Amino acid sequence: MTQPSYRIERATRSSTIGLAVLGLGLIGLLLLPLTGDRATMRLIVEIAYFLALAQMWNLLAGYAGLLSVGQHAFIGFGGYMLFALVAHAGFSPIYSLPIAGLLSGLISIPVAILMFRLSGPYFAIGTWVVAEVFKLAFFEVPALGGGSGMSLPLQAVRDIAPSAQGRELIIYISALAIAVASVVAVYALLRSRYGLALTAIRDSERASASVGVDTFRLKLGVFVAVAAFTGMIGALIFLQKLRISPVAAFDVMEWSAAIIFIVVIGGIGRIEGPFVGIAIFFLLRETTSDFGAWYLILLGLLAIAIMLFARQGIWGLIADRYRINVFPVERQVHLDDHRQRQASSTSLTPTSEKH
Amino acid sequence: MDWIATLLQGLLLGGVYALFAIGLSLVFGVMRLVNIAHGDMIVLAGFVSFAVVEVLGLGPILSLAIVLPLFFAFGYVLQLAVLNRTLGDDLLPPMIVTFGLAIVIQNGLLQSFAADSRKLSLGEVETASIALGTDIAVGVYPLIIFATAIVTILALQALFYGTKIGREFRATSDDPEAARLMGINTKRVFAVATGVALVVIGIAGVLMAIRTTFDPLSGPVRLLFAFEAVIIGGLGNIWGTLLGGVTLGLAQAIGGAIDPQFQVMAGHLVFLAILIVRPRGFFPKVAH
Repeated sequence: MTQPSYRIERATRSSTIGLAVLGLGLIGLLLLPLTGDRATMRLIVEIAYFLALAQMWNLLAGYAGLLSVGQHAFIGFGGYMLFALVAHAGFSPIYSLPIAGLLSGLISIPVAILMFRLSGPYFAIGTWVVAEVFKLAFFEVPALGGGSGMSLPLQAVRDIAPSAQGRELIIYISALAIAVASVVAVYALLRSRYGLALTAIRDSERASASVGVDTFRLKLGVFVAVAAFTGMIGALIFLQKLRISPVAAFDVMEWSAAIIFIVVIGGIGRIEGPFVGIAIFFLLRETTSDFGAWYLILLGLLAIAIMLFARQGIWGLIADRYRINVFPVERQVHLDDHRQRQASSTSLTPTSEKH
Repeated sequence: MDWIATLLQGLLLGGVYALFAIGLSLVFGVMRLVNIAHGDMIVLAGFVSFAVVEVLGLGPILSLAIVLPLFFAFGYVLQLAVLNRTLGDDLLPPMIVTFGLAIVIQNGLLQSFAADSRKLSLGEVETASIALGTDIAVGVYPLIIFATAIVTILALQALFYGTKIGREFRATSDDPEAARLMGINTKRVFAVATGVALVVIGIAGVLMAIRTTFDPLSGPVRLLFAFEAVIIGGLGNIWGTLLGGVTLGLAQAIGGAIDPQFQVMAGHLVFLAILIVRPRGFFPKVAH
């Protein structure tokens, strides 16, 4: 009897093809500014930051099980920190992006300590209350424009780049960088040992605690990291808009509702999910925006239907049916016995039968 | 005597929040479901009443005769056809489904009624007041709302502790599995419970629509106030919910007396402070 030889692989054929397609797409997007199509560039910027926000919420809710409805707290806070740093501390707008993110991470620590007292759905609405408190607080800061908000000082706008075209290019590249960084960061985290622990928490928090996962510390870490990243995205959003106000910065519908539906429709607990959700969201919005708020109604109905009939989301349906996986976070054991390669995978993606 | 007036005002405002919160408390108490569309359902009741008043020419109070049966049926069908399928260990489906419902109601109202603010009128009662002493007076209408909140709670208690369906509510709330073994159709019990909750929401919505202006997007704030009242009072305790509403109302009134800008913020801050010292509210009844 010889020992059966085996290899452990993470890449699959679908992941190689999928990553190649995404890489090519990214190269295409990097070449887009050459065409000078500024309207498309602006749309891509929006898609990029929505994707990054969706990746962050997916990590928070889909893996760490923290169903926050109040992530707009950190989007608005990050945006306001950028304006404060630029207008009152003389920072350059681009360098302010990561600092705004850092400050959002800091403020999220007391928020987490308070909110982790609430469980499940109460945590969800509790975070929403925190976002309301943030909004009302910025109403009371005259230095940041109070209730009517403020514009980015002209000097700071010129600081980004002297020409409008140069500014749009810098924002465009920054948005792409943030989107790519969000995907890479989540992917790398999930492939690390923390990813294994997070996946365990997602499947059963109690069971993972019993095998030695420090669920509180891990969840706190994810909450703070996600808040920091979300704050940086928020800073970029309002840097592009060049204007901020409490109502726009802390808008639950625009930021939290849309992001949550994107993730759920695409497939929560999978990195591919937000991509699919983003595609559906922008397709719906761009084709029906002439009819007012109908795309939001459709989005809401679609999210309800997904929860009732296909909880793994649209990407989950595709992936389960055709066994494809663009971002494999699990390991696969291939037995090289009798030249017959039999793949058996220890599934770390959510199984649909479970529900 | 200003501060007495402020406290009275806060107490009566608390009645409004308690009335908002009872439906949320009820749905949570029976089936552990947090209805994110709660605030939007309150606003929806206001709009349905508004439409009934416009089309049939009835008064707002008479419109309840149409709004309440309609809302009972809405809750019953919603629970039976949709929400029952979401109940289970996974917290995500009920949250997303009620959130989706919130978006559908908000934007549906926006499409059919536009973004204008509306208000229902009840005539003289709205502005009538009773003088207490020389410089203090209480509004008749806020008193009516406060009394309605208390009567609603008493009626629910009679329902819970004096009827067969009430016994089934409590049994299902304590242990759905065991209730099912005893031959209780828990799905139907849940449907009736949501129907009853929607009746309370209907009452709250119509009374609110007479008291203040409302528009399609004014639901979420009402959800947050209702949620705060429920948490402050203690999960699943309906008298606690009244106390939670009054606490919130007093916090807002006192905050508003210090600085009108500070009114809503004061309510949120008191809620967060109570969360620090009493994370499970004053009178928690439900173990998590």
